[in-house]
Amino acid sequence: MLNLELFTPELTLAATAIVVILLDLVIPRKGWLVVVSLAGVVVAAGFTIAMWGGSSQAIFNNMLAVDNFALFFKLLFLAIAALVILASVDYVSKFSRFQGEYYALVLLSALGMMLMAATAELISIYIALELASISLYVLVGFLKDPKSTEASLKYLLLGAVASAVLLFGMALVFGFTGQTQLGEIAQAIQGLSLSGVLDSPGLILGMVLMVAGFGFKIAAIPFHMWVPDVYEGAPTPITAYLSVASKAAGFAIILRVFYSAFGLPSWLSLDWGFIFAVLAAIGMTLGNVIAIPQTNIKRMLGYSSIAQAGYLMVGLAVVGFSPAAEVVGRSSLLFFLASYALTNLGAFTAIIAISNKVDSDLIQDYSGMGRRAPLLALALTLCLISLIGMPPAAGFMAKFYIFSGAVQHGLLWLVVIAVINSVISAYYYLRVVKVMWLGEPASEEKVPSSGALRLALSLSCLGVLLLGVIPGYIMKLAEMAAKMFAF
Amino acid sequence: MPYQLVWLIFLLPLFSFAIISLFLRPFLNHKPKLGGYITIASLLGSLGLSVWALLEVMAAPGHSLLVPDINWVIIEGGITIHLGLIVDSLTVVMLIVVTVVSLMVQIYSQGYMHGDPGYHRYFAFMSLFTASMLGLVLADNLLFVYVFWEMVGLCSYLLIGFWFHRPAVADAAKKAFIVTRLGDFGFLAAILLLYFNTGTFDIGQLHSLAITGALAGTTLTWAAIGIFAGAVGKSAQFPLHTWLPDAMEGPTPVSALIHAATMVAAGVFLVARTFPLFSHSVEAVTTVAIIGGFTAIFAASMGLVMTDIKRVLAYSTISQLGYMMLGLGAGGIAIGIFHLFNHAFFKALLFLGAGSVNHATGTFDMREMGGLRKFMPWTYATFLIAALSISGIWPLAGFWSKDEILASALQNQPILFYLAMITVFMTAFYMFRVVFMTFGGEYRGGGAEAHGKPHESPSVMVMPMVVLAILAVVSGFWNVTGQFGAFMGHGETHSFAEGFFGILTHSLPWLSLILAGLGILFAYAMYSAKWLSAERIGGLFKPLYTLFYRKYWFDELYERVFVGKVLVGGFFAGLQGFDTYGVDGAVNGVASGAIATGRAIRRAHTGQLQLYGLFIGIGILAIVICLYFFG
Repeated sequence: MLNLELFTPELTLAATAIVVILLDLVIPRKGWLVVVSLAGVVVAAGFTIAMWGGSSQAIFNNMLAVDNFALFFKLLFLAIAALVILASVDYVSKFSRFQGEYYALVLLSALGMMLMAATAELISIYIALELASISLYVLVGFLKDPKSTEASLKYLLLGAVASAVLLFGMALVFGFTGQTQLGEIAQAIQGLSLSGVLDSPGLILGMVLMVAGFGFKIAAIPFHMWVPDVYEGAPTPITAYLSVASKAAGFAIILRVFYSAFGLPSWLSLDWGFIFAVLAAIGMTLGNVIAIPQTNIKRMLGYSSIAQAGYLMVGLAVVGFSPAAEVVGRSSLLFFLASYALTNLGAFTAIIAISNKVDSDLIQDYSGMGRRAPLLALALTLCLISLIGMPPAAGFMAKFYIFSGAVQHGLLWLVVIAVINSVISAYYYLRVVKVMWLGEPASEEKVPSSGALRLALSLSCLGVLLLGVIPGYIMKLAEMAAKMFAF
Repeated sequence: MPYQLVWLIFLLPLFSFAIISLFLRPFLNHKPKLGGYITIASLLGSLGLSVWALLEVMAAPGHSLLVPDINWVIIEGGITIHLGLIVDSLTVVMLIVVTVVSLMVQIYSQGYMHGDPGYHRYFAFMSLFTASMLGLVLADNLLFVYVFWEMVGLCSYLLIGFWFHRPAVADAAKKAFIVTRLGDFGFLAAILLLYFNTGTFDIGQLHSLAITGALAGTTLTWAAIGIFAGAVGKSAQFPLHTWLPDAMEGPTPVSALIHAATMVAAGVFLVARTFPLFSHSVEAVTTVAIIGGFTAIFAASMGLVMTDIKRVLAYSTISQLGYMMLGLGAGGIAIGIFHLFNHAFFKALLFLGAGSVNHATGTFDMREMGGLRKFMPWTYATFLIAALSISGIWPLAGFWSKDEILASALQNQPILFYLAMITVFMTAFYMFRVVFMTFGGEYRGGGAEAHGKPHESPSVMVMPMVVLAILAVVSGFWNVTGQFGAFMGHGETHSFAEGFFGILTHSLPWLSLILAGLGILFAYAMYSAKWLSAERIGGLFKPLYTLFYRKYWFDELYERVFVGKVLVGGFFAGLQGFDTYGVDGAVNGVASGAIATGRAIRRAHTGQLQLYGLFIGIGILAIVICLYFFG
């Protein structure tokens, strides 16, 4: 069936991207590009919201799912794209050429991620992932300075390796089940009547290879090596984009694939739950510890994002360990992703504003920002507090929600590691807070910021506070999204 | 009046924080006085409402008010969290302590912080702190207690680090934050443990589960110990005591409010709040008593030899908090909290006095003071009253609560009783050592920042000290009749005269009075009359003196051995080395500077990229092997 009306958000975004490129050729005032891009995002979000709450459906011969899970992520990606576009305005207006391409690539990448959240079939998963990734490879190298180019190239080459690994895994899974559609893979696996790992080495190997391929996207250790270099080299708004959208898309696809295709029999889901639990423990610990000596704030946030991916994988482990009917693992993961997205975007937006003025990403150059730019420093402080997981910011509820699910399903050891990690992480996050508020400013010059940037920052910070203080509403949405799997 | 008004007690200072930080600081920074006025006005409101709540609770049956609560988070089949207040006798006593001391400190700060460029910031943080502290006292479930618990810690961090131009300050702030978080870890673990065994965060429900025995055995003990770990961190008990003396780097009114009267007492409050969990576990309650009793004498011994007036007071605070813990462990809520109540007033007064002295002399080093009695009669008189009160001299406030702690220790923990008696002597000695060194003798010139002759502080600083001095005399009278104990839930009452003089017919009070008197006499002999030479005695007990003066080498133990050697030197360096040389090595700094694009690409082609790819392969292999062995 070709229910094109269910595909309207994606179509809108694709059309907007093309219009933006074309418009760039004819109009001299590039400000309109931002307006058009944002308008496209808003219209797409409107279509998405209109579909929310309906019954789950599949389109294009069961290749794409239109369920609340996909819609939740689509809205998340659209919101992230809008905030990133707003935060990019100052940055991009300095470019002499290719402004239209920049916005179009952001939109196309968002399109790819929206498809990632919706695909339910191995080949289209791969295509959606490549659409999102290739746009990002280009965006990372957008600055054309050595660092940016190096980052882009590394990202591209390692991304290609990860894609190859993923494809290999998919091929193995296909070979053992004869199916590419997730629901049919699940049926085929249950039809095989397997009883343990040693029964089905090929299938397990395929699954592990898929973990590695997706692990690259979410920056799980040991597939994380690209993160610090790429975060440091990419244009800062793109670093922000990578750190939240790309990661969220990775988690969306992992949830979809592992829950739908490998959810049963239960020994299988315990197996991958265990893999993610171990990866979570390693990711949190290494990410946090290595973040401590970093002197560049983008690099530090890179390692921090590795650690945050660790906390998120605690949620994946909970999904693996809990019975299929239980939503707490999935809904806590969705809530954490929403809270993390707002928090990290807020932090990076503040960093963009500050680095525009001081032209440095070194933490020591943030000295005295509390006096030079009190509101920016306040916003950054709020976001860092949220990343530590301290109340009243969103990060506290998010962590609490995930950890409580983990304790309920016998993962107490993992929660203990996670809580110890939160304590360790306070050290490096607070170091930035300390430098900003207690350090001597290098000059008394104020730090200016544009209206668009302030809007993006206020929206993110408002979100961080709202999710922290009245989390109930978003938790309900996350719960609805987690319940409504189509397969 | 409807009971919903109780919410305002902690919302008012929160509004004050919001107004100062969102409107006054950005828009009216040239009118510094406004911030102080708004803070004081909001605290007057909170104090008025607290007094009203106190009267209502005294009149209410069961000494507790029902305040309507709010459903904060409801997830079907998941978590339901109510946002509610608990208003009982313990709460209102704490409300009175926090609002009175905070109000006095804010008034005093008007003078002390006069002309400071961070005036608005100071009052914004002070408002936020007071709001969080009041929230901590009022919250009816452990999750919210924890939220506010972290927030007071954060405010303390910000306020200790208030004068960032002094290098020691930032380290002290960080140390306070990190050390107390070690304890918080236990507290959080206890909350989770309780939740997954009972399904509730509600303090009232946890009480009844502990009382009926539904919650018992090792679960109860571990939960209680976890909560106590949080209290040990916050109340600077052994072995997490090291942060409080360093925290004295912050402004003195901050020390008076946060590090003497309220936040550090939050640990004691927390144990009292969850007391049924402790009283139904012998191990837990004994742990509280032992840690408290030991900390009392341990901290007092270090207070004997310090020369910085605020450090002496800091060790004294730790020691007195130990007394409170001992009181809780050996005697129960009423006894521990009564000492908290009295201590808040006289210790805040001592700190404000130290601040006043510093205002006049520009130093905290007592060796540079002396003779201030003549120049600062008000400060001297109020400080003396507080010193007598803390030494436990009849009939001042400290006497009444200390006597109860000693009596209950004698009954339940005889060994700790002897330690506590020695501590009585030490307390009187170090307190009067401060009095004689600071106010007695001749003026020794003050610190580097001193300007001319010392002078009395302005009346805006003296007035709060006088109010607190009155409280340091009379606050103990509340329980002369046994009324405070009855209000807290147990004990019988008798007439005032019987309690006031009748106590002198017992031998225990006389014993402690004699010990305190001896302490004062020794201090007089050594530091005022100079019958004994302090140097000679210090030399005589050289090893002990060094032990006390170097604080039992705990700072060195923690910083050099644990943090320096084990964590930074071993663990972190190992991991970092792995990352720097194994994974990251060539990459760092390669791209920095003007390296041509082409060269950067060549770099990316050679070496580490393959290494990265190799890591992906090794990672996959490791997972597969792991699965085959454990899966």
